[in-house]
Amino acid sequence: MKHLLSTRDLTAAEAIQILDTAEEMAAVNDREVKKLPALRGRTVVNLFFEDSTRTRISFEAAAKRLSADVINFAAKGSSVSKGESLKDTAQTLEAIGADAVVIRHPASGAPHRLATTDWIDAAVVNAGDGTHEHPTQALLDAFTLRRHRAQVAGIDSVGADLAGTRVVIVGDILHSRVARSNVWLLTTLGAKVTLVAPPTLLPYGVEQWPCDVSYDLDAALADAPDAVMMLRVQAERMNASYFPSTAEYSRLWGLGDERFARFAAPEFKDTVILHPGPMVRGLEISSAAADSERSQVLRQVANGVSVRMAVLYLLMSAKEFAS
Amino acid sequence: MTDDTKAAPAYLLRGAALYGDERADILVENGRISAVGSLANGNGATVIDAEGLVALPGFVDVHTHLREPGREDAETVETGSRAAALGGYTAVHAMANSTPVADTAGVVEQVHSLGRRAGWVDVRPVGAVTVGLAGEQLAELGAMAGSAARVRMFSDDGICVHDPVLMRRALEYVKAFDGVVAQHAQEPRLTAGAQMNEGAVSAVLGLPGWPAVAEESIIARDVLLAQHVGSRLHVCHVSTAGSVEIVRWAKSRGIDVTAEVTPHHLWLTDELVRSYDPVYKVNPPLRTQEDVEALRAALADGTIDVVGTDHAPHPSEHKECEWAQAAMGMTGLETALSVVQHTMVETGLLTWRGVARAMSEVPARIGRVADQGRPLAQGEPANLVLVDPAARWTVDPAAQATKGRNSPFAGRELPGRVVATFFRGHPTVRDGVLNEPYPGSAEER
Ligand SMILES: [Zn+2]
Repeated sequence: MKHLLSTRDLTAAEAIQILDTAEEMAAVNDREVKKLPALRGRTVVNLFFEDSTRTRISFEAAAKRLSADVINFAAKGSSVSKGESLKDTAQTLEAIGADAVVIRHPASGAPHRLATTDWIDAAVVNAGDGTHEHPTQALLDAFTLRRHRAQVAGIDSVGADLAGTRVVIVGDILHSRVARSNVWLLTTLGAKVTLVAPPTLLPYGVEQWPCDVSYDLDAALADAPDAVMMLRVQAERMNASYFPSTAEYSRLWGLGDERFARFAAPEFKDTVILHPGPMVRGLEISSAAADSERSQVLRQVANGVSVRMAVLYLLMSAKEFAS
Repeated sequence: MTDDTKAAPAYLLRGAALYGDERADILVENGRISAVGSLANGNGATVIDAEGLVALPGFVDVHTHLREPGREDAETVETGSRAAALGGYTAVHAMANSTPVADTAGVVEQVHSLGRRAGWVDVRPVGAVTVGLAGEQLAELGAMAGSAARVRMFSDDGICVHDPVLMRRALEYVKAFDGVVAQHAQEPRLTAGAQMNEGAVSAVLGLPGWPAVAEESIIARDVLLAQHVGSRLHVCHVSTAGSVEIVRWAKSRGIDVTAEVTPHHLWLTDELVRSYDPVYKVNPPLRTQEDVEALRAALADGTIDVVGTDHAPHPSEHKECEWAQAAMGMTGLETALSVVQHTMVETGLLTWRGVARAMSEVPARIGRVADQGRPLAQGEPANLVLVDPAARWTVDPAAQATKGRNSPFAGRELPGRVVATFFRGHPTVRDGVLNEPYPGSAEER
């Protein structure tokens, strides 16, 4: 594996290898000195064409804990916004000697362009491209789910997949790179995924995806899934007639207080809530749900660093062995 | 036509298979086919060995973007018409989306004049339907029709004439001079921000979809308008199976509609977009295999009348970028014949006579181009092409005459090669390479 562009390309074995490596990295993160020498002398460039402080600092922390040199290149407001092309930027990074490029870009497929052209030779990590994919987010979600399941079952998470885990993903599937990456990855790992959204926010052809689709959140919650992942919904979608009003959206597809109250039932005792952040409280999720002990949101953030360490380590040290 | 034709040398094409059928010699003299049959070379004509070659009337493209004036970095009339000659064309229709837009007699006469001075093919300017392609006000269609360029085809191609009233008026108005409106069928609201065909692939790639219904709804509306006002409609680059059904229905009702398909829509599908390589970005987008098959069947049965290249060269920087930022369009003039041979002839769907119909005769009729798309017969203008159907070649965009390097067929091996192109009796292409332009062209005013 030279690049991480999409979770669609990952086999179950590869995904489990990343998750298992992330467990080792998590052990490092629990130590007093959170640092490994693995990538000393190697350069990781965070190439961000979109503002995302949380993802950028997660990758930055991951690279630094592996002792890599980190260059943060916020392409917004730089020469890029003055018309410099992705090709020129990539060639500049190649000349600087980047060993890995972590790219966040508003255009779907931009990481593929870096990986498949001769502009740059570095390992490419997709940190979210348009409405396509966000593979490290899905990996950290899988990691979080795997740990939760292991904890409930009282077993070790290392080596495990997600067979039988039932995950409901709710919200703007159409525009969500997180949803896409999660559908491919979680199903590859054996989970059963149900997408819940208004029909307007589901992609054309979603019925061909390896998951169930429902318009009815209450029905999807009826059999007490293991996890409910709430996706961010932009209020502006209302202006493009994806839904009539934020109030109606919240009532039908939000995890509000009333719906969250169902989690008190015994069959929901192990159900967790995930959210990739940033949350829009009061729209897709109520504060009571977001701040409850069911919420894994902060664990997701912590696990994100471990997973990104694993990805950088596997991509970059493999390259070292090859050369 | 100038007096130079009188002094033009004669050519005897030996043993060509006319329309791929019976073999015959063709004598070309003074810009015309002076004899067809088993001929002796009495007058010392230059003999061209055409054994094994198929003779067809010179191709006529109803849909070419020559980019001049305004984007001479992408293509010029000179480079685009060289590419056309190499592709076997003797006439092309230059689309109106230049800068300035070809929406006045002045601009269409300029393009027409550039074409005559280049001298490789007849360059037939297409006039814009609306001023500046803005879709608000009719351009001076009558002035363009009455100009030296004698415009008969009008199109806002690249943009749909989506206002139904404006489309109705345009269809009605061009009846005054036997014109045709060539519609780029794309409902704009349904395709805002669209990047590729809306389907299973776009869902996975996270690229905004261009749904088939955005094309089909406009075609359905336009054929009904054409019926209502009794006008002639041409539908550019039909790309979906559903559009084929609507055109078929319209023809069965006697509506005067013609339809076009591009070579790339006869072969390529949206599966290629998985690479995110913008060389596959085009408008209308590459569709599905089911659509490809419907388009081939429609071209075979005549529901789709013509092959139009939609040759759309772009500078490399407009393709060496992210998909969403890339320009839409593909080159096509130098690969069209080979792609049609591969997709239609070698599949048994179309005979060479069918190729002559779809690439020469009907396109000439749609554009009302005199002296083009004529039979290979004594006394007819000598616009013709010799094709070697047994040849195989690999597409190398850098070796093409067009300035555009954006060929979706780059690296593919294609069948069929244009060996010679005769334009008004003059060989613009010989032995598969460019010869000289039509004599005296550069001096023309
Ligand atoms: Zn068009």
